[in-house]
Amino acid sequence: MNRNLDLELISLTKRYGSTVAVDSISYHFDAGTYACLLGPSGCGKSSTLRMIAGHESVSDGSITLGKRDISHLPPAKRGTAMMFQNYALFPHLSVLDNVAFSLKMQGTDIATRHARAGEMLELVDMSNLADRFPDQLSGGQQQRAALARALITKPDVLLLDEPLSALDPFLRIRMRAELKKLQRELGITFVHVTHGQDEALALADEIVVMNNAVIEQAGKTRAVFDAPATAFVARFLGSHNVVSMPDGMIAIRSDALQIKDANAAKLPGTITNIEYQGTHVALTASVPGEQEVTALLSDKDFFGSPKNLGEAIGLDWEAGAAHALAG
Amino acid sequence: MRNNSVIGWLLAAPLSLVLLVFLVAPIAMIVVVSFWGATEWSIYPAFQFDNYTFLLTSDVTYRVYLNTLKYAIITWAFTLLIGFTVAYYLAFHIRSLTWQIALFLLCTIPFLTSNIIRMISWIPFLGRNGLANQALISWGVIDEPLEWLLFSDFSVILAFVHLYTLFMVVPIFNTMMRIDKSLIEAAVDAGASGWQTLWHVIIPLTKPGIMIGTIFVVALVMGDFITVRFMSGSQSANVGRMIQNDIGLLQYPSASATAVILLVTVLLLIGTLLRFVDIRKEL
Repeated sequence: MNRNLDLELISLTKRYGSTVAVDSISYHFDAGTYACLLGPSGCGKSSTLRMIAGHESVSDGSITLGKRDISHLPPAKRGTAMMFQNYALFPHLSVLDNVAFSLKMQGTDIATRHARAGEMLELVDMSNLADRFPDQLSGGQQQRAALARALITKPDVLLLDEPLSALDPFLRIRMRAELKKLQRELGITFVHVTHGQDEALALADEIVVMNNAVIEQAGKTRAVFDAPATAFVARFLGSHNVVSMPDGMIAIRSDALQIKDANAAKLPGTITNIEYQGTHVALTASVPGEQEVTALLSDKDFFGSPKNLGEAIGLDWEAGAAHALAG
Repeated sequence: MRNNSVIGWLLAAPLSLVLLVFLVAPIAMIVVVSFWGATEWSIYPAFQFDNYTFLLTSDVTYRVYLNTLKYAIITWAFTLLIGFTVAYYLAFHIRSLTWQIALFLLCTIPFLTSNIIRMISWIPFLGRNGLANQALISWGVIDEPLEWLLFSDFSVILAFVHLYTLFMVVPIFNTMMRIDKSLIEAAVDAGASGWQTLWHVIIPLTKPGIMIGTIFVVALVMGDFITVRFMSGSQSANVGRMIQNDIGLLQYPSASATAVILLVTVLLLIGTLLRFVDIRKEL
């Protein structure tokens, strides 16, 4: 992709009075990346997105898009477009007029803007609903209309604020597949804010995990998931056990744990819970130091040598599977 | 089932009774009396169209209606302009809910005093030797006191606007508070300027509130008689004054006929307005 369209945050800071919502974060988004800002509520991810969009003023630091400082430009002049959490479709306008809104603001004549809006609706597969009003649409349809409205300005970066949170679980999975497909087709940068780690893992090329106003860890999705740097990241991404060992904290993926005899393993434990999950069995064991560890075993492995509650086992892993954690 | 329907009727009865006694019956009475006859010294039950014929063929009626409509339209324009501005300021420029409520209550404080008092207090201010004229003369803006400040259409409309602006502020503010703030951000995101956001997003979404305020103001101004009497010094007439005069002369049938025509006019006006905007969502 065109390297001129990289999005960069440089010591970006947001203060509300004496509270710091975003504390001097820096990150470089390559053009054409699908990036997720991931974190619990109040971690500063939404403020970050809204600063990139221009709906929140920048307290300190700057945002550049293709070497152009956009920190203080009005939203429409930045080359970004935002898709709002509740979609924010104009209730008094039809889908077609909603999509054509920004062209109308630029003074484009009605024939041209309706034609362009029609093309955008085609892109999101909504042509047949162009004359409907927002309250006559389902959640998924509203989202597509909002996408079409955001994309009609041909943005270089699309900002999505928890775009899937208003949908039911089934639709959420379908719409996230469509988001990913759309991003691949358009080749523009998507920055997607979410608190759902499954959503982030499914969609993102890169994830930026935030906590307490700072970036906890960021990078290629797989790299972050495979080697969480802090206990927070390991816990937030899930599927990891954070265990305090004599030589420090480590993170081990629950599917990397093997069950062995108590005396032949790195960690002895007692089974406290066995949960059947269809393709897998989740086995929880208490280990020394009043900690709990969950091992995810394939059903074949587990039922090959079944265990019982209260049984003493040993938990083992390959040397490379454990990651030392900072903090 | 039968039991249920009895309970239903019983539940609806109190309100129906109140409406029947205090709304339907008086109006029915007015309609009935409007067909009665009258002489200089007596009123007699009848069914004749004399009152209506006299009203509808009289030149005075049309002039008075025209004057009433003029008051209504001008007052409406000013209350809308001021009411919308105040509501907009409260809803979009005041950030904290506490301040919004505090300032909103501040707007309503004048309404704790009587209408008449608020109206009459204009008189010493606007009079020939009133504060306004004195101030203008002492500033050297004018040499002679302005005659049109009091007992004129100006003072009538000034009093109307003063009395009824709040009826515009309340419904518009109420509608504006329901506008999702992210819609404004979405408009800005789409490149709309402040005026464009106002014109293409806020005003269309505020229409129901504007309409409710319009109904209040138009109905109040059309039915008013006391403001016109005091502020015009009995020099201007509106429909309310016509009715009041008839009643003063004990011409109840004629007064009733005027009232019926006024009622029909206002209902037609509101009916027409409601065709343009659906206010049901607001109620």
